[in-house]
Amino acid sequence: MVKFSIKNLNAWFNSTQVLDSINLEIITHEILGIIGPSNSGKTTFLRMCNRLNELESFFRMTGEVELDGENSNQIDSQLLRKRVGMVFALPLPLPLSIFDNVAYGARIHGETNRKKLADIVELALTEAYLWEEVKDRLNSSAFKLSGGQQQRLCIARTLAVKPEVILFDEPCSGLDPISTAKVEDAMLKLKKNYTLVLVTNNVKQAARVADRTAFFLSGKLIELDKTEKIFTAPSHQKTDDYIRGKFG
Amino acid sequence: MMSSRTSEKIAFLFLFLATLLIVVPVGLIIVIIIQKGWPAISWEFVSDIPRQGMRAGGIFPAIVGTIYIVLGSIIFALPIGLLAAIYLSEYAKNNYLNRMIKLAIVNLAGVPSVVYGLFGLAIFVIFFKFGASILSGSLTLAIMILPIIITTSREALESVPYSFREVSYSIGASKWQTIRHIVLPNAIPGILTGTILGLGRAAGETAPILFTVAAFYLPQLPKSLFDQAMALPYHLYVISTQVPNVDEKVRYGTALVLLFLVLFMNLVAIIIRYQFRKKKKW
Repeated sequence: MVKFSIKNLNAWFNSTQVLDSINLEIITHEILGIIGPSNSGKTTFLRMCNRLNELESFFRMTGEVELDGENSNQIDSQLLRKRVGMVFALPLPLPLSIFDNVAYGARIHGETNRKKLADIVELALTEAYLWEEVKDRLNSSAFKLSGGQQQRLCIARTLAVKPEVILFDEPCSGLDPISTAKVEDAMLKLKKNYTLVLVTNNVKQAARVADRTAFFLSGKLIELDKTEKIFTAPSHQKTDDYIRGKFG
Repeated sequence: MMSSRTSEKIAFLFLFLATLLIVVPVGLIIVIIIQKGWPAISWEFVSDIPRQGMRAGGIFPAIVGTIYIVLGSIIFALPIGLLAAIYLSEYAKNNYLNRMIKLAIVNLAGVPSVVYGLFGLAIFVIFFKFGASILSGSLTLAIMILPIIITTSREALESVPYSFREVSYSIGASKWQTIRHIVLPNAIPGILTGTILGLGRAAGETAPILFTVAAFYLPQLPKSLFDQAMALPYHLYVISTQVPNVDEKVRYGTALVLLFLVLFMNLVAIIIRYQFRKKKKW
């Protein structure tokens, strides 16, 4: 089943074109990896899916991003962002307690019942593999957690609003290998219930977790295929060069 | 060629002397006022009405008047200033008109206070017919301290990292929800700093209250917002220049009480700010 369908997408900041005629589909319950060098448009593409780009002035786009067959520009932006969650490159807890961080989304969307909030928080933290580590100190500041724990807290915060899609924007770029492994573990288990899009600078990470991998270069989609195919027999020379580390 | 150690010493000397130069006058002011004013301080001085043409008795009505006027000005200025600051920092687009508005507000802080006094006289006392009253004086002072409150509040709001807002939006929060739950709570200490600055300025100014509220001699407490009131800065001016043969210790005693009052109000605000800073989680 197709979750996101992107049709002939172009995007500009000021007069600089950052995405150039992108056509791709994101399938339900897959992890789509997106690799490419800096300034290749990966992050901009990711932020098209939850319409975060439009918060910047001087942003312009043409083409369509469809979620379940509906043009995302027709969906209320708050509702869209509830359905399409995001985990940022750096762990960004809100300046609140651990509990309030995870409960934030549910509260924003109108949940006030304490019992229900507690259930939502526990479930989300469990899904993000953090519950056991923080269950005794839910009221302490989220900033007291380690970097890896903070990033899993951010995943829990995203899960708590029950999204359909989760966008990961280089979620492990600031983490050590052990924390990275935990986040990757969480991702692999999450794909049973969610659709995941993973932008990463770490080519090996895409190889480890992605079902399909897309290679972006200078705002263009060069190649999209099954991860094994991309990493063993890519159809484009440039993809091959990038994966082998000849440029990047 | 000077050795780096010598130049280091010379630089240190000048930097230290400049700092000392600032500390000395401040210290002297406090010492002189306490030394000359302390003998006047008594329970009677702070609780009695002025007697014998302000040469004896106390300054109670002036203390009460100053408190009313300062609190009144904060009540008007803080909500309006804060709302304007939120609009300017969060909602206003970065266009020519809004840049002009921001510039105008900053410049408003530099307008001489006597000009505010005249403005208050024209608008509140005469046009709105509030007369010389606590209401007119508070409103005049409120306009005077608005730029301070708006500017510091805007800085406080803008210092909350953009990434927090982006996270909040990405979960589906609206702009107002983001401001209300994420931006404002983290800006409160900075906003209180602005309020403290405004408070001190409002308590000490003479010119803006001169035409709008201050009574020359009114040996009773104000009964309503539309009454005139005595105020410490103006009272100090009156007994220093307009009334002959006032004992020196009464003048310095009045100055000491004014100083203490401002200090006390600042202290309250600082304690509130400390409580909020303690709750801050980053």
